Amino acid sequence: MTSASRLALAALLLSAAPALAEGTLNIYNFGLYTPPDLLEKFEKTYDVKVTLTEYDSNETAMAKIEAGGHGFDIVMPSASVVPIYIEKGLLLKSEPNQMENFKNVDPKWVEIYWDNGRHYTVPWVWGTTGVMVNTKVYKGDINTSAIFLDPPEELKGKINVVPSMNDVIDMTIRYVGGEPCTTDKAVLKAARDKLIAAKPSWASIDYTSFEKFINEDINASVFWSGAANRIRAENAGFAYGYPKEGYSLWQDNVAILADAQNVENAKLFLNFIMAPENAALISNYTRYGNGIIGSDAFMDPGLADAPEMIIPENLKAAGHFQQTCPPEAQAFYTRIWTDLTK
Amino acid sequence: MTPADTRRRWGLALPAVAVITLFSILPLGVVVLYSVLTPGDYGNVRWVLSGEGWFSVLFERDMFDETVSLSDAHITILFRSVGLSLATTLLTLIFGVPTAWFIATRAPRQRGFWLFLITIPFWTNLLVRTIAIQEIIRAEGVLNRILIGLGLIEQPLQMMFTNFAVLLGMAYVFLPLMVLPVYAAIEKFDFRLAEAGYDLYASRAYCLRRVILPLVRPGIIAGSILVFVPSLGAYVTPRIMGGGNSMMLGNLIEMQFGQGRNWPLGAALSITLTLLVLGALIWYTRLTTGGRRHG
Repeated sequence: MTSASRLALAALLLSAAPALAEGTLNIYNFGLYTPPDLLEKFEKTYDVKVTLTEYDSNETAMAKIEAGGHGFDIVMPSASVVPIYIEKGLLLKSEPNQMENFKNVDPKWVEIYWDNGRHYTVPWVWGTTGVMVNTKVYKGDINTSAIFLDPPEELKGKINVVPSMNDVIDMTIRYVGGEPCTTDKAVLKAARDKLIAAKPSWASIDYTSFEKFINEDINASVFWSGAANRIRAENAGFAYGYPKEGYSLWQDNVAILADAQNVENAKLFLNFIMAPENAALISNYTRYGNGIIGSDAFMDPGLADAPEMIIPENLKAAGHFQQTCPPEAQAFYTRIWTDLTK
Repeated sequence: MTPADTRRRWGLALPAVAVITLFSILPLGVVVLYSVLTPGDYGNVRWVLSGEGWFSVLFERDMFDETVSLSDAHITILFRSVGLSLATTLLTLIFGVPTAWFIATRAPRQRGFWLFLITIPFWTNLLVRTIAIQEIIRAEGVLNRILIGLGLIEQPLQMMFTNFAVLLGMAYVFLPLMVLPVYAAIEKFDFRLAEAGYDLYASRAYCLRRVILPLVRPGIIAGSILVFVPSLGAYVTPRIMGGGNSMMLGNLIEMQFGQGRNWPLGAALSITLTLLVLGALIWYTRLTTGGRRHG
């Protein structure tokens, strides 16, 4: 995220404040995840004033939406929490599959476990959670979780792990040979011991700023593919690895809230972002894939075939869609995480 | 007092009472209530009474054999929070009191300028200041380069993401909160009393201990409380300076409301923090009123 685009975002928010236009649309999305040029184009096309509010995690968003009185029309839940949103009746059954631009959605993103046939949601972006390594420092195989769980000597003390509890524990459980969300105590214990043994080799458990990678204060991290792409653009030494022991695939989705005030405008927005030239704007900004066929042609040069976007054939099978763990499993995760970060 | 008087007094006090009830007592009541409920499956709470939240503040059932024991992780975090807050208070005392003394003993017209310098950091966002400190202590940062240049060390010291970094960050951020009340106390100090002490053959150290310190003590205690209380609940500084390696209470609470999806435990931990602060304040009142009795 450059400071110029931050400014653009701020300017956009300011200009959206006095809602003078006929229609309005209130979007609630993750921070630094919504391209200003996309909103600007939508506003111009439909004469609708868009207001963007940002959140930091699915938990925050759901808590606020459940509490009510939020005034939002659109939210962007991750695949893993969409079933919970639907179960709690928080989403409008807006039938995006009947919309004009739905034909552009890649069929592999239609038959999905969290909203089979797409009755509630439209793809925003998808990506993977893997590892990112400075290959100037470490020359070995980077397609493994050993990068942070059994770290090579060259990387010790310069490793970061993102404080995304479920991502990290899922990867560790797969590394020790289990399935995520397990309640098998032998597996959980092995995962906990593995993490605690690895921690002394880490520098931080943090959403580190990109500068720390670019300056090489940190040489390896559990990381998201799009963020890895942004860093590689500034320091070509970094490469992104897909751990062969198992890594997570995820998708964030656009949905209309059950208590939305501007349903018609929200539907326009869903249809709007399924157009290839608009979906490409999302990818250019976030550096993630979008799931809309034909959007490649509108993407920045080099993005559509970037190694962070194309999963190597032999590692495809190791990718699994992230699930939301049931409460019993989540309680174990929290305990492991507290032990790890105490 | 006539009934009309009583009514008038209540009427006058009403706005204050309303504000306190609405913005302090009621929200706190919600937190207390949530601390005795059952966690919802995906965050939030279920309306079933449960003592589990409070139980988990200090105790845990072993993950693997269900035996009950003191929660090692929570106690470590609690001790780290109190310990680091005490250390921060001590560090700000060591640097803050001489600074305040220096300012208070300048000519009256210069004092404004020095105080102005102390308040300048308040103009900058906390986050920016914390990240600036990080820039100084990182491996390739200014401090390491100076130490290597002087030949004191050969390899850069790993200062970032340690307890030392958290302590340094908090002491820097909270230093003005110590300087200002201590300055106010020293400024009021009548230096003729110190001269009287010297006239009676008190040594410098004796004069400091028996004449000056007792009179500026309320300022020192107020400064200590002003530093200790926010240190205990600090969130941003430990998060950034500690690199997420070692939580403090604030971070543990955040985790329960976020990824941990255990709001009752988060609420119980918040109340625990409030009680710790309350304890510190009661201790403060005791100290200050005690001081007056002797004076």
